[in-house]
Amino acid sequence: MNLTLRVWRQKNKNVNGKLISYEVKQVSPDMSFLEVLDLLNENLVKKGEEPVAFDHDCREGICGACSLVINGIPHGPDRGTTACQLHMRKFRDGDTICVEPWRAKPFPVVKDLVVDRSALDRIIQSGGFISASTGGVPNANSILVAKEDADRAMDAAACIGCGACVAACPNASAMLFVASKVSHLALLPQGKVERAHRVKKMIKQMDSEQFGNCTNHFECEAACPKKISVSFIAHMNREYLNAHLQP
Amino acid sequence: MGWNVDRGGSLCRLRLRSIIDLSGSDYLNPRSRFVKLDPRIPEGPLESKWERCKSELKLVSPANKRKYKILVVGTGLAGASAAASLAELGFSVECFCFQDSARRAHSIAAQGGINAAKNYQNDGDSVHRLFYDTIKGGDFRSREANVHRLAEISSAIIDQCVAQGVPFAREYSGYLANRSFGGAQVSRTFYARGQTGQQLLLGAYQALSRQVDAGSVILHTRSEMLDLVVVDGEARGIIVRDLIGGKVNAFTGDAVVLATGGYANVFYLSTNAKGCNVTATWRAAKRGALFANPCFTQIHPTCIPVSGDHQSKLTLMSESLRNDGRIWVPKAKGDGRPGKHIPADERDYFLERKYPSFGNLTPRDVASRSVKEVCDEGRGVGKTGQGVYLDFSDSMGRLGKNVIEERYGNLFQMYEKITGENPLETPMRIYPAPHYTMGGAWVDYHLMSNLAGLFVIGEANFSDHGANRLGASALMQGLADGYFILPYTISDYLARTKPGTVTSDHPECKRLEEEAAKRLKKLLSIRGRRTVDDIHRELGTLLWNHCGMSRSEQGLRTALEKIPELRETFWRDVTILGDREELNQALERAGRVADFLEFSELMCRDALERKESCGAHFRVEHQTESGEALRDDRHFKHVSAWEFKGENQTPELHQEPLEFSNVELVQRNYA
Repeated sequence: MNLTLRVWRQKNKNVNGKLISYEVKQVSPDMSFLEVLDLLNENLVKKGEEPVAFDHDCREGICGACSLVINGIPHGPDRGTTACQLHMRKFRDGDTICVEPWRAKPFPVVKDLVVDRSALDRIIQSGGFISASTGGVPNANSILVAKEDADRAMDAAACIGCGACVAACPNASAMLFVASKVSHLALLPQGKVERAHRVKKMIKQMDSEQFGNCTNHFECEAACPKKISVSFIAHMNREYLNAHLQP
Repeated sequence: MGWNVDRGGSLCRLRLRSIIDLSGSDYLNPRSRFVKLDPRIPEGPLESKWERCKSELKLVSPANKRKYKILVVGTGLAGASAAASLAELGFSVECFCFQDSARRAHSIAAQGGINAAKNYQNDGDSVHRLFYDTIKGGDFRSREANVHRLAEISSAIIDQCVAQGVPFAREYSGYLANRSFGGAQVSRTFYARGQTGQQLLLGAYQALSRQVDAGSVILHTRSEMLDLVVVDGEARGIIVRDLIGGKVNAFTGDAVVLATGGYANVFYLSTNAKGCNVTATWRAAKRGALFANPCFTQIHPTCIPVSGDHQSKLTLMSESLRNDGRIWVPKAKGDGRPGKHIPADERDYFLERKYPSFGNLTPRDVASRSVKEVCDEGRGVGKTGQGVYLDFSDSMGRLGKNVIEERYGNLFQMYEKITGENPLETPMRIYPAPHYTMGGAWVDYHLMSNLAGLFVIGEANFSDHGANRLGASALMQGLADGYFILPYTISDYLARTKPGTVTSDHPECKRLEEEAAKRLKKLLSIRGRRTVDDIHRELGTLLWNHCGMSRSEQGLRTALEKIPELRETFWRDVTILGDREELNQALERAGRVADFLEFSELMCRDALERKESCGAHFRVEHQTESGEALRDDRHFKHVSAWEFKGENQTPELHQEPLEFSNVELVQRNYA
């Protein structure tokens, strides 16, 4: 396959960027999307041009590092797939493919396709945990957890923290990300003790990072590589409301 | 300078001396150093060694803990759990990772599960059995005392993770579910779908995040360790490059903890994340820390086969698939028919045939070699012939398609995305790939290196898996080290150390900062013709061929000849564009590959020196008549710990003899 890539190039956060076109030839349909960027970079280096910077690490869809908007869709056209697991058999010979970084105010561009997602870490730091210090905890089977609750908690906990939900949302809302952690922990008996405190702290931090609110577009669920359901946002809203109703 | 500690008579007397001679070479002068390997294994019966050790360790008073600064490098299971636990105790912690978030460390990708001797299934499991399985699985090349401690601690890890909210699989009763995992005859593996590593890491990451919010951990993301600062023979700091701004700075503390993972990426193609590297432990080795058993590298049997030259990494398919999948190849060479058209009597279920009692669940090293063997015979499947079938059709017939889909659905989807084939319709194809490294920095029972103040935990050390790691044991070891061992043993070291003796304005810090900057400058100035990846790929192929699944003296000698040539090519002909004071991913990779090019020589030398086959280390000259690994306990029942002796100098081998007083050394037999 021969492709044209239109790639966002930006030297650093202080200067403006722009889309630049590159031809990439001899692309195999078995390649992953990131392997096409590798190929482009090898070609660029051989020509003496600086390679394109992009975040990636595990390349098996679990670390959440990759953060590419491909033809306008975070992680590209394949549902439930990270960009590293997107394979070129989903494209056609001669295609022009546009590659951009996540676009959201709380995610400033660092360079080219690399953005700063530390806002998501700060939300977890504000309360996305159970305060169980090492040692002194009860035997694992002393508190039973209904299978339905454990399964649903796992559905929420599958979030990889990539930020595609934010990139997809017209409001740059991080509510699916926050809701998945709030729901994961609130569904388990171990997490119920701190539930009110947790949801208040996390939402406060989310707002202070300038993420927008949810207005039910559900673009987040469509873009989520782990197919996390927007029903968790409703769950979080309930948690938030309850937290404020309680004395 | 000396460092003497009297351990109160009950434990051994420890005497370690390291002298740095700064004249002439940048590195340690071989003649001026004296290294004595003391594993500091406590006296007494195996079952009570850890209890005894803990009760005799010195403690730091609560009021003094915050005065001690501990630097933790790496935020995987070991690093994040250690940093969080140490901060909970009251120590000041600074934690570093090269990823943009601590949550992205490669532990996240572990799929299958975590072992623990809970015996929840009443199937005969016990601490002793987990200990025995692990030490036998490692082919009797690990320390009894360390492995027993690991088995003892395993249960507490599960308790801790459940308390943190790790959503382990449950039965309808609400109790925790278990499954059996490669090489085990009991069901002792706890799991969270096919994402156990992710959930355990998120538990540790959340514990770490809590301490960041509390101000007791300072977290530096996108920060890579480039060197270790050793002052008067003790580790006192690290040199770190800020990957965004490119600045190189020294950070100092009273102890340094390396939790920097394994080095399987030395093979270029491996199941590790692209960023995984040997730099931290190799740089420590160049500053005097011994490197143990570097040739013990695990090749995992169930990975998706290579599809072409473009391949940038290999993807693991969880070993749990072997519980329900049957591995086979056609009986006839060059049988070109699609798998499902080959009738049952023309299939060779070779693992079931060779190892009837373990069948498809034989340990990884044994399974990988058998797969290679049938492919080398010309019976491999797929376009390249480098693959065997992992077939679920019998299980689907027995249990129903929906049961198999529920168990492995996410893995099947991953497989389909990569290959375009659905394992529910067509048998899966698998082939072995480098996955885990048992070798690593030498540490004693306290997880401290021969360099005082340098602790190494998780995959980065060598301690618990011997010559082969069993499935679901890596997560167990990483968390045991981080949550339950290091917090005790590091306190003992700190209690004997005055805090804050070295600060970042120390001349050694300045010298190493300049040295690291000089190296980066040099890399950028070469401007040759070859890319970093191009050279890394060449190194990987060389090692895969000569120091991979099977090794021969001739092959290893070839590799040892070619590695220095390739290293020379790298420093003459590599090209790295851009600047060093900005985000420069090619420069990051170049530094890591430069270290792989040095380290790989040690790996081959170790493989050459170990003239026996054990676990994952298979020397073709040493095999039984049936082609199994043939150990030589008389000559090789030891840990090989290598001492760096200077650039282009032959490293020196130190041996730590292994004593086995609680298990009988048997030939592993999985038939």
